[in-house]
Amino acid sequence: MSEVLARLAERFARLLGPDSVITDPVRLRTYECDGLTNHRASPGLVVLPDTAEQIAEIVRACAAEGVPYVARGSGTGLSGGALPRTDGVLVVTARMRRVLDIDIPNRRAVVEPGVINLDVTRAVRPYGYYFAPDPSSQQICSVGGNVAENSGGAHCLKYGFTAHHVLACEVVTPDGELVELTADGPGYDLLGVFVGAEGTLGIATKITVRLTRVPETVQTLLAAFGSIEAGGTAVSEIIGAGVVPAAIEMMDALSIEAAEAAVRCEYPPGAGAVLIVELDGPRAEVGAQFAEVERLCRDAGAFEVRIAADDAERALIWKGRKSAFAAVGRISPAYLVQDGVIPRTSLPGVLASIDRLSAESGVRVANVFHAGDGNLHPLVLFDDAEPGAAERAEEVSGRILDLCIENGGSITGEHGVGVDKARYMPRMFTDTDLDTMQMVRCGFDPAGLCNPGKVFPTPRLCGEVPGVRKGPPPYEGKAELF
Amino acid sequence: MTAQNELPDPPHAHEPPHTHEPAHTHADEPQHAAQGDFSRLLDDCVHCGFCLPTCPTYVLWGEEMDSPRGRIHLMRQHEEGAPLSLPMVEHFDRCLGCMACVTSCPSGVQYDKLIETTRAEVEREHPRSPKERAIREAVFRLFPYPRRLHALRGPLRAYQKTGLERLVRRSGVLERLSPSLAAMERLAPPLGKAPRLPERVAARGGERRATVGMLTGCVQREFFPGVNAATARVLALEGCDVVIPKAQGCCGALSLHSGRQDEARAFARRTVEAFEAVDVIVVNAAGCGSAMKEYESLLADDPAWARRAAALSAKTRDLAEFLVELGPRAPRRPLPVTVAYHDACHLSHGQGVRDQPRALLAAIPELTVREISSPDVCCGSAGTYNIFQPEAAAELGDRKAGDVRVTEAELLVAANPGCSMQIATALGRQGASIAVAHTAEVLDASLRGRPASALRGRGGPGGRAS
Repeated sequence: MSEVLARLAERFARLLGPDSVITDPVRLRTYECDGLTNHRASPGLVVLPDTAEQIAEIVRACAAEGVPYVARGSGTGLSGGALPRTDGVLVVTARMRRVLDIDIPNRRAVVEPGVINLDVTRAVRPYGYYFAPDPSSQQICSVGGNVAENSGGAHCLKYGFTAHHVLACEVVTPDGELVELTADGPGYDLLGVFVGAEGTLGIATKITVRLTRVPETVQTLLAAFGSIEAGGTAVSEIIGAGVVPAAIEMMDALSIEAAEAAVRCEYPPGAGAVLIVELDGPRAEVGAQFAEVERLCRDAGAFEVRIAADDAERALIWKGRKSAFAAVGRISPAYLVQDGVIPRTSLPGVLASIDRLSAESGVRVANVFHAGDGNLHPLVLFDDAEPGAAERAEEVSGRILDLCIENGGSITGEHGVGVDKARYMPRMFTDTDLDTMQMVRCGFDPAGLCNPGKVFPTPRLCGEVPGVRKGPPPYEGKAELF
Repeated sequence: MTAQNELPDPPHAHEPPHTHEPAHTHADEPQHAAQGDFSRLLDDCVHCGFCLPTCPTYVLWGEEMDSPRGRIHLMRQHEEGAPLSLPMVEHFDRCLGCMACVTSCPSGVQYDKLIETTRAEVEREHPRSPKERAIREAVFRLFPYPRRLHALRGPLRAYQKTGLERLVRRSGVLERLSPSLAAMERLAPPLGKAPRLPERVAARGGERRATVGMLTGCVQREFFPGVNAATARVLALEGCDVVIPKAQGCCGALSLHSGRQDEARAFARRTVEAFEAVDVIVVNAAGCGSAMKEYESLLADDPAWARRAAALSAKTRDLAEFLVELGPRAPRRPLPVTVAYHDACHLSHGQGVRDQPRALLAAIPELTVREISSPDVCCGSAGTYNIFQPEAAAELGDRKAGDVRVTEAELLVAANPGCSMQIATALGRQGASIAVAHTAEVLDASLRGRPASALRGRGGPGGRAS
């Protein structure tokens, strides 16, 4: 451990107690990655604070020493957004999991950043409310992480992303100040800038979330199609008819196989694709629209439509979908989870291209997607014991993102850029775009110590004039600082 | 509020899916399940973190190293050459072995096998401190031996009755001597009479429907004899001839789940022999049933015993599992009592038995079953855990007791002696007066038309009123 980290460790042990500072190399290594395992770096130091004031103190100490730091919640992110720095401090919020206030008349709750997404719903459920953002990892991902990544989920088609459900954040800024960012004040929407900044602008220490009324009724169906194209047609028809489902999810044959192996969800055998459509809202509206959705599915060629009769049946339908990512571990030794967006109408074309790509490269790709908003989650399968397989998978995964960009889409729908996709940013944005974003970052974090190395492909010094760069960059040799 | 509660859950406000797969039915898994291929088993983990919220130690401390994902990472580090260091052993020791992670893992990681193999390696290679060794030896030389436990009953009863118990507890002398010893002392249930069961109990109430063997266990037999008596009566009243072989001893569960595999194998062989003559073995202690269902893999490499062990595993049933398969025949009489049902880990996660005990209880007229929140999180008993890790166990016990109290049930029903002792102790610490009973005792009361008060006014299963 470097001298400066040792100094910080000692200081933090006094501040937090020795049980909340991890310095043992074996223990540190268990924090080397989040949900994305192909990027690893053992943190220099791990701290587990209990309060916002402690986080502010930690950040101030890091700022004073010029040591980088990274915030981490439950460590389930899929873009390496919480990848630690070997020369830095990992600030883990897992012990800050108190629900501080439940304010039903104003439909809001105040939680600490380590509170688990689903625990917000559990806390307010007795009052007839829930927390709408529902990433598939909702049983373990933290609200702080949701804020950093602006997490979505199957139901964000109708209800929006985390950004639409956060009313205020208490934040420790990179200079160690504790500030409150709110959505409703005059002036710039700094909360809007903060949510989804992937932890590069500060650390959220208290989050005020919006609570959503549990809908009067929910209806879910599972439609099985012979092909992805037929399923895609059904999606377009449903959206085209003016229905806004709470969710439309599609899975292809390979991901169905994986889910089946993992949780025995009993989807119709022989399906080339299944579509899960869920409607919620007032009973009368849902009833009428549901009949239409069922008809549209059958018209598009669904050979079987199952309607969930009760909660248990609905849970069974969702079980396959929600476990799909991890379930792929049953059919492949290793895999990459990709996250890209395309216009909904390009779905059949892009999927056909992915199929071609898969056939040419011999790399299997399973597809799971939030079909309603064109958010694809291709799962690129490989055997990590086979030399070169990981590189080939990486290559295919990157080409899928190219397809998304070519079709007018995006390199990430909800998992974030993190370290994993920083290198793809230039494919989507011009240098000027990226410089503009960096200037925003510099406004918050001029020293570049707050989750450095994420989102942007190349580090740059704050104060450097954006624009055309000639010769060696002025920060050469200092890159490791940023 | 009631109207709101009746609204259907939107799935996004839903509990996440559970695979609800018992830890032992990995028959469809490729046979890298053999311990030789430890590395492949480690590879199954994709680091998604879905195991974290149901891991008791992660719930307590929020630390990666004390989660299944983190422990697997430590196992990987060791596999890749890092020495079995003290911190590593500490985190492995802190695992309760509750297998909640096996239930919640979507990737099918066989953590049960991983931790068992790891514990065995720790036992082989890691030198423990003399004090630790002494207490471990004492535990493993006492609990698996019903006769030794029996010899302890007299002094223990005297200790409880003479007031010495109160004196010792107030003095805190045991805490200072050894927290493990103090934990053992606190957990001992109040002892009553211990009726001996005959070798055979005849079926009653019409034609005989089955002949079943019954495991009496060690702690169950000596500390909760009422549970065994109730089990035998319920089976007989449901038309079963109950065979209780004298030759049976400890099933080896404690040893197996603590990495003492040779010891466990010896116990297993003896149990296999004792029960070879019956077609079904009914077990009323979750930990024992779970271990017996594991015999197949425990003795897989022993050519002389593999087939016989597999046969025993195949015919082992938890009491509730067996009674539901058999179907009810004896009339249930009303039992006006509100119960909270506690899932023993080795029943729910270990054997996938969740619905059966609830169904049996719910079928009793006038009995109301309430759910305990976070049912998948361990109460902290976990075999020997509350002895070797008393602090963490007490914290988990307190959480569980708190969740039980919220249900406002009059009676807590659990199907494992360890859980009963653990939760009864925690409830007692909180000054709560909730009685604890085994599923068998509740059924017995209903079948025999005993009043609910017989169950309510007691401190623990089989125990005297306290």
